[in-house]
Amino acid sequence: MQIIQPHYHAIARTAQDYERMAMSGVVAVCEPAFWAGFDRKYPETFIDYFRQIGEFEPTRAADYGIRHFFWVAVNPKEAENTELSREVLKKFPDFFKMPNCLGVGETGLHKSTANEAMLFEEQVSLAIEHDQLILIHTPHLEDKTHGTRRILEILAGLPVDRNRVWIDHAEEHTIRPILDAGYWSGFTLYPITKCSPKRAVDMLEMYGRERILVNSSADWGPSDPFTLQECVCEYRRRGNSLQDAMEIFYNNPVRFLGQNPKFDLPLLKVEEMREEAEAPVEQPAEEPADSA
Amino acid sequence: MLTPSKVLDLYFLEARCMLIEVAATLDRFDRAVDSDSGGDGGDNRIEALYESLQVLSSKSETPDRSEQLLKLFSGPA
Repeated sequence: MQIIQPHYHAIARTAQDYERMAMSGVVAVCEPAFWAGFDRKYPETFIDYFRQIGEFEPTRAADYGIRHFFWVAVNPKEAENTELSREVLKKFPDFFKMPNCLGVGETGLHKSTANEAMLFEEQVSLAIEHDQLILIHTPHLEDKTHGTRRILEILAGLPVDRNRVWIDHAEEHTIRPILDAGYWSGFTLYPITKCSPKRAVDMLEMYGRERILVNSSADWGPSDPFTLQECVCEYRRRGNSLQDAMEIFYNNPVRFLGQNPKFDLPLLKVEEMREEAEAPVEQPAEEPADSA
Repeated sequence: MLTPSKVLDLYFLEARCMLIEVAATLDRFDRAVDSDSGGDGGDNRIEALYESLQVLSSKSETPDRSEQLLKLFSGPA
């Protein structure tokens, strides 16, 4: 089947991951901008990072037949530095014009500080002003409940089109408020600190598949891009059809990301092909044995 | 030998993750029971899981919970 990996930090992964993703049916990846593992010091560091994920990563992906799209954002950790962040935000409109840029992401909250909230609101507002899609990171572990609630509060005060907002890294205790508020939600299959493939399928069974995206968010930490394929297998193992799997792991990303016309992959439907049975070929009559 | 706080530094998140997976498995079973007319069919395995949780939920005088669980999940000697 065909799979879209909607949240993937390719910059932190080797070419072998692209190769194996291609071998397992991944046809497109989308790369949000995130924390590099250290706090950047200059606006230019961010700009060069956006250039790397917007210009160079697509060429790496293309070597394996995979389409690559990207997002720009100042991630929640570095948003604490408001002066640096605002210098970076001034450059976003240039990147919005690129043919593979999908919008603002991943913005969001980390520790839900006042500075983080301010920069989150400014980035969402910038996305709205430029008609861009929005991808939001919810905090890790013990910070997730409060951070998700703060994110929903802040969004409620902004003129967002909720269908164009994806709130990622949802788990059992945050999925319901996200879906009830009308946003898209994402399950991130990340060893130890986020959701697992089995729990993701549980939530698909409980909440249905509308407005849900599943991803691996593989990056420089302990992570595995193939948790997405594990989830596909778990989903199929529970008796779901190939089309049902395509709806979640391919068509849902198309539905959300395709709201930006640059994401031009088509919706797909699995159809049974019936080949016409060939008409029997007439065999020539056998000569009698004594005719010679 | 690790200090107590180092044990938690190294293994707390992993243990948290495994406990959440166990919780999810029990939830999955309950949902399956709700949607199946046959109920849980008196399957002893679910009882064994709950017994094992009782072992884990009490502070043990000796650090032998793994051994207790393995004996619990073992067949007759």
